[in-house]
Amino acid sequence: MIDRNDPYFWADLLDTILKGAGETFYTVGVSLLLTVLFGLAAGVLLVTTEAHGLLARPLGSRALGVAVNRVLDVVVNIGRSIPFIILMILLIPFTRLLVGSFIGPTAAIVPLAIAGIPFFARLVEIGIREVPKGLVEAAQSLGATRWTILTKVLVAEAVPALALGLSTTVVGLIGYSAMVGAVGGGGLGDVAFRYGYQRYSPEYMFAVVILLILLVQLFQSLGNFAARRLSHR
Amino acid sequence: MISVSRVVKSYGSGAAQVRALDDVTMSVKKGEVFGVVGQSGAGKSTLIRTINALEQPDSGTVHVGGRDMTKLAGRELRQARHDIGMIFQHFNLLSGRTVRANVELSLEITGAGRAQRRTRALEILELVDLRGKADAYPAQLSGGQKQRVGIARALASNPSVLLSDEATSALDPDTTRQILDLIRQLSKDLGLTVLLITHEMDVVKRICDSAAVMSQGRILEHGSVEKLLTTEKSLLGQALFPLGDIPPTSNAVVEITFTGMATDRPVIAQLARQHGIDVGILGAAVETIHGRQTGRTRLELPGDERTVSGAVADLRSQGLYVEVIK
Ligand SMILES: Nc1ncnc2c1ncn2[C@@H]1O[C@H](COP(=O)(O)OP(=O)(O)OP(=O)(O)O)[C@@H](O)[C@H]1O
Ligand SMILES: [Mg+2]
Repeated sequence: MIDRNDPYFWADLLDTILKGAGETFYTVGVSLLLTVLFGLAAGVLLVTTEAHGLLARPLGSRALGVAVNRVLDVVVNIGRSIPFIILMILLIPFTRLLVGSFIGPTAAIVPLAIAGIPFFARLVEIGIREVPKGLVEAAQSLGATRWTILTKVLVAEAVPALALGLSTTVVGLIGYSAMVGAVGGGGLGDVAFRYGYQRYSPEYMFAVVILLILLVQLFQSLGNFAARRLSHR
Repeated sequence: MISVSRVVKSYGSGAAQVRALDDVTMSVKKGEVFGVVGQSGAGKSTLIRTINALEQPDSGTVHVGGRDMTKLAGRELRQARHDIGMIFQHFNLLSGRTVRANVELSLEITGAGRAQRRTRALEILELVDLRGKADAYPAQLSGGQKQRVGIARALASNPSVLLSDEATSALDPDTTRQILDLIRQLSKDLGLTVLLITHEMDVVKRICDSAAVMSQGRILEHGSVEKLLTTEKSLLGQALFPLGDIPPTSNAVVEITFTGMATDRPVIAQLARQHGIDVGILGAAVETIHGRQTGRTRLELPGDERTVSGAVADLRSQGLYVEVIK
């Protein structure tokens, strides 16, 4: 139990919370980067490797297109269906192999990114699917390359949807990061678990919860705002 | 300029197979406006999409400006497409780009530099009378304005062919007329060859030099509009000049098609005077085609066979197109 009457109580609390928030930003930030990178690619491929899609025949082979599509679909579904708490435990050996340890903020990045990628991939898929086929056709009629169509038509037109998907993903990752934190991943989850739960300090618990609520609010509003500003429909 | 030869295209297989194009042969001359009319499902869209190879035929060839579009792939195909603009029923503009940026897309694709893109985009927007909207987004435009952007985008890279797939079908009659006139004007000014498909006869009437009538994947008629109008049992003629059913009568019935100046002459009065026939007018339709009065009149000619054939011969000798219905 922490002594609330300790003259350094509030200063310590602030220090601990800030350090936790810093770690959370780091884990969420890096895993978000990986999530966007791979999730975007996976989401785009999921749509475009379908029959009659832009990449229905990558390298001239329809079989390859079908294979990529099936494999991605299965992998994404698996990723989405395992509850995060189990995924986290399942990934411990892999994490250890990758970063040498399964404890600490850097180790927390691995399960977060692996949970985030399929989540974001589905949101990207939905966004890209909503781009009218006629736009692709118009670009083709102008003699555009597949890369141009991918970047300047499919992804560019899906940007408002992607912005919304991104904020939803950030919010999800913040939530997951608290879970990883509780089992040794550092960050705000760690603070809440160690100080709030194990040492019975309602102040710590409360501070973490308030901060999490604020962060979620902030990112969701940012996403909504960006989507509104970017959409000219 | 465009020449389609023996093109076959089927969709599906087995019992569900549809022959969207069934041995289609047609050609479009350089600089003309060519219309393809036909009902829904006739294969018009499929035909126009084979011209720029958005669709590959099962067999047959499609030549545009000397290139066989069915043989091209990759870079060569993309380059051939720079020379063929296309506009669409639903405009297909990028919602996230301004009008100017939409037009510039065409130039980004052909690889023009930044400054050149900007100048050319504004120049072509001027041509479609939309320069004032350069910085607006498509959602802020009316249908007619959106189609003007579509036209500007299609023409920005200076193509010699313009394809139009029902480009005015989503527009109201006034706007349709403006867009058609613009296409006609641009085709004249830029020497563009235009192939447009439509299910509206009005479109053919207003701007086409030549036309083809399609049904169930086949071309039923094909030729200059004037020639088609004076072809016996022409579907185009019947559709453009609907005279209704022939009433029951024991007398001979003929249909006269006027093109150009023949409309000014008092043909019927002359017929009555010179052949002593009591001419009855059963129906008439007049249209302005390319600014020329063109029409069809259905006449009832009482009298014996000799009188009637004499009258018909006389009409024909005046250069009129006469069809004896019964
Ligand atoms: N991608 C496709 N897959 C299967 N069938 C198709 C496809 N595209 C066209 N068809 C079929 O081919 C036939 C011709 O279609 P097409 O779109 O060319 O007609 P259209 O004359 O343009 O009709 P509309 O005036 O309605 O646009 C139709 O029977 C249609 O169902
Ligand atoms: Mg069509």
